[in-house]
Amino acid sequence: MTLDNDILDAIKSLFPRYPTRRAVVLPALHVVQERLGWVPPAAVVEIARLLELAPAEVQDALSFYGFFKQDRPLGRARIWVCRSLSCAARGGEDLLAHLCARLGIRPGQTTPDGRATLEVAECLGACEQAPAVLVNQTLHGNMTKEKIDALVDALE
Amino acid sequence: MPDFEPVLTANLAKPDGHRLAVYEAGGGYRALRRALAELAPKDVLEQVRTSGLRGRGGAGFPTGLKWSFLPADHPGPIYLCVNADESEPGTFVNRVLIEGDPHQVIEGTILSAYATRASTAYVYLRYEYPLALARLEAALAECRAAGYLGRNILGSAFSLDIFVHRGAAAYVCGEETGLIESIEGKRAWPRIKPPFPAVEGLFRRPTVVNNVETLACVTHIIDRGPAWFRSIGVPPDPTNPRDPGSFGPKMYGASGHVNRPGWFEAPLGAACRELIDRFAGGVWKGRRAKAVVPGGLSTGLLAESELDTPMDFAGPVRAGCLGLGTGCMIVLDETYPILEFLYNSCRFFAHESCGQCTPCREGTQWALELCQRIRAGRGRLVDLDLLAEIGDSIGIMPGTTICGLADGAAWPIKNALGKFRDELEEHIRTTNPSGFGQTEPVEAMEFAGREPRMNADERG
Ligand SMILES: Cc1cc2nc3c(=O)[nH]c(=O)nc-3n(C[C@H](O)[C@H](O)[C@H](O)COP(=O)(O)O)c2cc1C
Ligand code: SF4
Ligand code: FES
Repeated sequence: MTLDNDILDAIKSLFPRYPTRRAVVLPALHVVQERLGWVPPAAVVEIARLLELAPAEVQDALSFYGFFKQDRPLGRARIWVCRSLSCAARGGEDLLAHLCARLGIRPGQTTPDGRATLEVAECLGACEQAPAVLVNQTLHGNMTKEKIDALVDALE
Repeated sequence: MPDFEPVLTANLAKPDGHRLAVYEAGGGYRALRRALAELAPKDVLEQVRTSGLRGRGGAGFPTGLKWSFLPADHPGPIYLCVNADESEPGTFVNRVLIEGDPHQVIEGTILSAYATRASTAYVYLRYEYPLALARLEAALAECRAAGYLGRNILGSAFSLDIFVHRGAAAYVCGEETGLIESIEGKRAWPRIKPPFPAVEGLFRRPTVVNNVETLACVTHIIDRGPAWFRSIGVPPDPTNPRDPGSFGPKMYGASGHVNRPGWFEAPLGAACRELIDRFAGGVWKGRRAKAVVPGGLSTGLLAESELDTPMDFAGPVRAGCLGLGTGCMIVLDETYPILEFLYNSCRFFAHESCGQCTPCREGTQWALELCQRIRAGRGRLVDLDLLAEIGDSIGIMPGTTICGLADGAAWPIKNALGKFRDELEEHIRTTNPSGFGQTEPVEAMEFAGREPRMNADERG
């Protein structure tokens, strides 16, 4: 089994919130990606079994959201760099280029040592702090190349 | 701008303003107590209707009217969805409200559920708001412990629970039927309407979808009364029988090329220029504005000469924009190329189109390719005509698509071409001196290329 009992229990605890099992698809995918760092194909089958769905139904929803990773686990830090207008107007795209060079990867890729996955984001809803970067669960506003470098240096 | 007492933002500056005790000390849950003790659901609905409240999520639909579309005497369940997907570029005020004063939003949600007889509410919160998630979950836990949520709220016959449903980084989930599909566990493909959600929405039941700020307004309408709400803002235009007016306070935002990016509260109808100068410190670096996006990227562009436009539901429309949108302005200074605005906008919508409707899926992609070609110094004047054609032919308004995302894609194109065509032509002439007049489609398309249609790093 790809999903251990803790994960299965976490998913089951969401059942009472919704009148259908299918509505648990997105929350379940979040649980799995948060705990495993990705949603391996075997997990899709197990989620489907738990929710009494065809695996294709789970896979269909999953594939719509570019958010869930199936090829390999995410890096320990998932770095989202905003490229939408408010950030672009204040240097967001330069930051992205700088980070690509610094990490040696392109958006969507993970460093070979698994430290970081780089992502482009559309508006992060933090435009008053442009340019904005989200690293895992922490927002970093008013970013500069120096601040980005310090962030990268501190990655584990 | 007349004298004005901020209410939506009153708690935001208080220390621990997100905690129940602070909220209650400022009069919080007073409106809910009174409503449950003294008002029937239809009375709450009637107060919201007479207040003239219009939805703050972008379309400005009258809230009381929307609620009145719910079938009477439905056995239930009825659902309420709180739209906290907030992904319209330039927009961040829902985040500020939830992070800083979640109880104000929750009180409005409970009142609105009472009015609509909803028994479960889902807050669709975009994934990128982890602090808002933490604050909201903590506030909901406080409410359950204090008897504001759960069975028989405050000893009344009314029961409600509120659950948070996290998004997964897709703009189209903010469209109300995309949101519904997403909660149901499917791809967020917007539904063809009718049936509207009020009749057949979440889990095929009657459903109301409202924006975070709309619900926060409901709290104050029930607390202070509809007459207070109507004393703020702009009355209906007597020459336009279809204008219901723009009443109440509004949370505005300013970002981009201003000295002090941020949020602020003002009466609906304050002039765009006044808001930028007074609250955001004016345009940065001593420059002038070239253009301002009035309320999120979809709404298009106001030119500098149009900045006295009142920021109410009717103002930006009169200036040729899509609408007030979210009231979050993006200021672009006189040095910022309109081509860069256009490219950024076309890239966003090409990335976010859900792909169901051919005009939207293909139109947004072609518009992006045209921008790429012009940026690469291969632009032709005819490309501007092609862009204009896309701008005029995709969307609900021309009647070619299922949802409004395509209209949002069209307006920035329309406004950029309609208001700044000279600048774009000049760019094409100077960057492609030998080819700007070319019209043969085949050679030109070769560059835009099919492989890959969107660059890997643009696909994201
Ligand atoms: C593509 C698209 C994205 C939208 N995104 C949002 C959003 O993030 N938040 C929101 O409140 N409304 C959004 N809307 C508007 C909703 O469809 C809906 O009109 C709104 O939530 C209704 O709430 P209101 O009447 O309180 O404004 C979006 C609409 C479209 C077409
Ligand atoms: S208009 Fe665009 S986003 Fe909306 S349903 Fe059609 S393809 Fe999807
Ligand atoms: S445009 Fe970058 S956070 Fe909004």
